[in-house]
Amino acid sequence: MPTDLQFRDYSLTGPNAGRGFAANDWYTTPIPRKRLKELMRRSDRPALINYGLWLGLVFAFGTLLVAAWGTWWALPAAMVYGVLYGSGGDSRWHECGHGTVFRTRWLNEAFYHLTAFMALRNPYLWRWSHARHHTDTVVVGRDPEIAFPRPPSLRDWLLNLLYIRAILTELSKMLCLGAGRLTEDQKSFLPASEHAKTFLASRIQLGILIAVASISGALQSWLPLMLIGLPTFYGSWLHHVLATTQHAGLAEDIPDHRLNSRTVYLNPLFRFIYSNMNYHIEHHMYPMVPFYRLPDLHEEIRADCPPPYPSLWACYRELVPAILRQQTDPGHYIRRPLPDGAGQTPDHERPRFMAAE
Amino acid sequence: MANWTRACATGDIEPEDLIRFDHGTRTFAIYRSPADEYFCTDGLCTHEQVHLADGLVMDYIIECPKHNGQFDYRTGAPERSPVCEALNTYPVKVEGEDVFIDIG
Repeated sequence: MPTDLQFRDYSLTGPNAGRGFAANDWYTTPIPRKRLKELMRRSDRPALINYGLWLGLVFAFGTLLVAAWGTWWALPAAMVYGVLYGSGGDSRWHECGHGTVFRTRWLNEAFYHLTAFMALRNPYLWRWSHARHHTDTVVVGRDPEIAFPRPPSLRDWLLNLLYIRAILTELSKMLCLGAGRLTEDQKSFLPASEHAKTFLASRIQLGILIAVASISGALQSWLPLMLIGLPTFYGSWLHHVLATTQHAGLAEDIPDHRLNSRTVYLNPLFRFIYSNMNYHIEHHMYPMVPFYRLPDLHEEIRADCPPPYPSLWACYRELVPAILRQQTDPGHYIRRPLPDGAGQTPDHERPRFMAAE
Repeated sequence: MANWTRACATGDIEPEDLIRFDHGTRTFAIYRSPADEYFCTDGLCTHEQVHLADGLVMDYIIECPKHNGQFDYRTGAPERSPVCEALNTYPVKVEGEDVFIDIG
């Protein structure tokens, strides 16, 4: 086991912050251009059906919550509303961030900013952070979105299963950005031309939250905050349970999304909430493909990929022991098997960018 | 002074698509618009040096395959982050069934 994996520095300005892999180093399963164009093609129709249904459900359960407020029926209404708002909103924020959802660009942008607020994420900072995540997926010292650094913190993981730590981090970011402050890590991927927009977005989001809190105070009722703001806290847990499967426990520093990402089969309800991000190998290998074509992309490349996990349960049965083992053995990770005849991983697992080299 | 170089045949590119054209150490992207016009830009995205030829053409927009940054390929202007820097564009002429680019 490589000893340099012990207690590695995951910061973007530390000793591992050298260059990442070149774009052409990353493995991609070949797909004929004509077919790939079909898969990449955007259409407003499936996007509007999905987003319209989702928004309709958010309004419907929000209305139920208002109607049931003060009774025990408010509890189940809030649970469903929170998941639709927090978890459904977060996955849709991600999709619109890629700009692949709608063919009409202003629809992408409008939904991007709406869902960024629902997820309490800064729309500019996260766009750039996520671009880096796609450039250097799970590359230590480059990827700002490694959720499970080794050894992973069990406390943080459990808190995040209820989305507590992540949300507090986002709120803290919102306050700092609203005050016009960036960390050194954030400066490493956010160009100066985006700073003013980033600060303004946080101030607007903060302003909305303060306005809703003020209305709650004036009415002496939690209801306004239960509808706007708090659902991100009490409803994002499902997103986090699903998103944990994306990369946790898998290989670092390897230019092959088949080995650092997972594809997990989910039921249609979870796939709706999660915008098909369970096809995560596919999403990383071809981020141009909109979420509603990912099942087709999956069929196109599956013979070249590790077997998909048949269920969320099957995935967690492998993931949890790996996370636990990494507590004492940070070098341990799950090695995903490639099928016979699959394309070779470029240069195997040699991290070629270490600053120390 | 113009330096016209044959890049491809008109039929090599489908409408609303692009191809890659390498010349010496340089790489270019040649586009065919939905209206059957031809355009040429640098072949690599100004954000992370990814080949645009693997991207998606939508009307007059080329979208980078890696981060979904967008350019107007007629002018090279960035249209969507994470691209901030414009692409260089090059004059194009069509003679018969041949597409020529002026790469200086």
